[in-house]
Amino acid sequence: MHRKLGQIKAVQGHAGDTARMDTSPDTSPPHSGPAASPPGDLAIWFFILAELLAFGVFFGAYAFGRAHNVELFNEMQQTLDRQAGAFNTVLLITGSWCVARAVEAVGRSRSATGARWLLAGIACGGGFLVVKGFEYADKFGAGINLSTNTFYMFYLSLTFFHFMHVILGMVILVVLWVKTRQGAYGPADMNSIESGAAYWHMVDLVWIVLFPLVYVMR
Amino acid sequence: MNTRQLNIAWVILILATLATFAIGEIGDSLGIAGPLAMASLLVISFIKGRLVALDFMGLRGVKFFWRGLLLGWLLLVSSLIAIAYWIALK
Repeated sequence: MHRKLGQIKAVQGHAGDTARMDTSPDTSPPHSGPAASPPGDLAIWFFILAELLAFGVFFGAYAFGRAHNVELFNEMQQTLDRQAGAFNTVLLITGSWCVARAVEAVGRSRSATGARWLLAGIACGGGFLVVKGFEYADKFGAGINLSTNTFYMFYLSLTFFHFMHVILGMVILVVLWVKTRQGAYGPADMNSIESGAAYWHMVDLVWIVLFPLVYVMR
Repeated sequence: MNTRQLNIAWVILILATLATFAIGEIGDSLGIAGPLAMASLLVISFIKGRLVALDFMGLRGVKFFWRGLLLGWLLLVSSLIAIAYWIALK
């Protein structure tokens, strides 16, 4: 009898936990509540938050800079290659998806599959750099530089700041790829790959705001 | 996070990117211009950012504090952009 009551209480406790998991996926075990900390190392998340803060200040500066030079910004925006910007968005989103799939594969002890997804993510990042490189070459070839006008000062500095983050993200992905191929990660050791992946997703997240703000909004 | 959820998130993100691009290319002829275009772009951007944070970054099953930080950043940046856009209209 006591044992049965205990079982009922346990079930009720689990149901309560489940109710608190408002947006949790149905893949989570029913007895566990939300995780206390995000995937990966906590230090990388503080780094990510600092990066987001820096980009947030940059976006605010661009938006208020535009407010004082609307005609110039709208006119100069027409000189940007919107197709290249959209294609680069697709590349970064796809790269982010590939890395998420890599983490998922490694979490199921499938290192070889994970390494292939990481390589695909690196290829997407490389594609982004190539497309952006052509955009820069086009602008520099036309004699445009940081001192051309306020719009291009913002465009070049903001996109180049992001460009450097893509390069750093790719360096991290290459290290993860090499280690994943060696079978260094697995379900019991996800910290490094989750941390690197989180940084890569942050680079994607920033571009998701940057593209409409700089290339489209007028 | 299972593969199906990740794949669905990717498809939505790609469709949302096409929507953003379409607003830039043919928004005027569709009547999506000015403040309406700005609001549409920010809403699409928020939806995309939320998917990246929750599904790709894996914050969906994490305490609200962490989700709140990233979604709060998205809301803050979107608000700044909207306020600056509104000032520019005056």
